[in-house]
Amino acid sequence: MKPSPFTYHRPHSADEAVELLRAYGDSAKVLAGGQSLVPLMSMRLAAPEHLVDINRVEALQSVEVGEDEVRVGAAVRHSRLERDEEVYGAVPLLRQGLVNVAHPAIRNRGTTVGSLVHADPAAEMAAVLLLLDGVVELRSATDSREVAAADFFLGPMQSATGPGELAVAARFGRPPPGSGSAFVELSRRQGDYAMCGVGALVTTGQESEITSAKVALVGVGDGPALVDVTSAAAGPGGAFREPQLAELLASQIAPESDIHASAEYRRHLALVLTRRALGQAHERAAA
Amino acid sequence: MNTGSTNTEQTVAVSVTVNGTPYVVDVPPRRLLSDALRHDLGLTGTHVGCEHGVCGACTVLVDGAPIRSCLVFAVSLDGTQITTVEGCCADDGEMGPVQQAFQDCHALQCGFCTPGFITLITGYLEDNPAPTPAEASEAIAGNLCRCTGYQNIVAAVQRAAELRRPVVEERASRSPGEDR
Ligand SMILES: Cc1cc2nc3c(=O)[nH]c(=O)nc-3n(C[C@H](O)[C@H](O)[C@H](O)COP(=O)(O)OP(=O)(O)OC[C@H]3O[C@@H](n4cnc5c(N)ncnc54)[C@H](O)[C@@H]3O)c2cc1C
Ligand code: FES
Ligand code: FES
Repeated sequence: MKPSPFTYHRPHSADEAVELLRAYGDSAKVLAGGQSLVPLMSMRLAAPEHLVDINRVEALQSVEVGEDEVRVGAAVRHSRLERDEEVYGAVPLLRQGLVNVAHPAIRNRGTTVGSLVHADPAAEMAAVLLLLDGVVELRSATDSREVAAADFFLGPMQSATGPGELAVAARFGRPPPGSGSAFVELSRRQGDYAMCGVGALVTTGQESEITSAKVALVGVGDGPALVDVTSAAAGPGGAFREPQLAELLASQIAPESDIHASAEYRRHLALVLTRRALGQAHERAAA
Repeated sequence: MNTGSTNTEQTVAVSVTVNGTPYVVDVPPRRLLSDALRHDLGLTGTHVGCEHGVCGACTVLVDGAPIRSCLVFAVSLDGTQITTVEGCCADDGEMGPVQQAFQDCHALQCGFCTPGFITLITGYLEDNPAPTPAEASEAIAGNLCRCTGYQNIVAAVQRAAELRRPVVEERASRSPGEDR
């Protein structure tokens, strides 16, 4: 359980970081919080020859709450984002998602952008990025580009971040007024990756009618699944029509069986947790 | 830890302050903080259980915040202040409030998991000095104990909160405005 040897690099700017990534290509990996990478290296499932530690890059440390979005730098830790009151005021769904990510001691080190790049199929923040029409900013030594959440998650442990690319920040859109959100999940032990997790965003109009309702599910497929469930809303103040919800979900999720839960149980959880998340989000939208 | 390649392996000088004492250690970058503490500094109070982030036995405080020392490379922590279980004692070297609470509440049996709980709870109480029983049980949920059944550990969190109150008040009166 010891990582294999590597050469350590500690850039102090994003320019320096991408230059190192260009120079070492496939043999280099970015080290952010290390909460996923270090265990993989200890188990020798990963053995990069070069690590580019971005924790000291000042420019990647910032959280900016703008008029339309919240921008989170790549070196920002889960716990810092979770505790930021201004962020919570602007986009409550960020904290609602983050408190479900692992345990506090892991959130004290792991980064939110790192968890997006790592693209675990059960990662909560991937669902949050999708629900909030988020964008990931990528940079290489020669190019910069932005990838929308919908195009970012390519499969289990696979994001659009290419070799030589550094994710510099993620931007999460601020939901329109009249919105409410929630994140609920079920895991074997508190803090574990969820068997199924559901984030919900509900927006209501002047008459408190539901104008938009979306959920994003994790743990029930190769990656996060965004499902627009507006058509299942039953009208003002009403709950969601369950048969329609079930139908909408069924076509979008593809749970698999593993030692934690069977596919059938996950499918069941998906519907129950979706109903709960929508209920909470709707209540908060109305409040 | 001889892997045959140690003669060519890069080493890096890492400066850290551990329990108030400054150290400079020369370690290969792959040295986990848990191993640096135990093997390079001889601070064997930090225990290693799973070595992949699941059990919490290796928890230490870095700049006051609990983290898992098996999930960070020592080299990444250059320049930081680290507190291990050895540093969770009172100023006079006697037992600190969390340690005392563990004794009072019988919150350990074999003791393997205890250093991780002591450091975690020490850090947690700085953030939340008066947790409810529900908060106390949530606070320790990330650490595993195979012996106690957790109930006494939850009780110890609250007992520690009680014990440290006078200590914190005294500290505050000694250095007004300096919040830790
Ligand atoms: C016991 C345990 C339980 C956990 N439970 C959960 C959970 O319930 N939900 C959850 O979402 N996560 C969970 N995690 C993972 C945690 O959230 C990690 O913090 C996260 O997955 C990765 O973030 P990191 O900063 O630690 O990235 P690292 O481990 O440093 O990196 C992960 C991968 O992403 C790459 N990478 C990271 N940042 C960048 C960047 N800016 N640009 C390019 N590449 C980059 C790295 O090269 C590496 O391949 C858990 C971890 C542990 C140990
Ligand atoms: S030894 Fe570090 S978490 Fe188990
Ligand atoms: S006291 Fe034995 S593992 Fe906790």
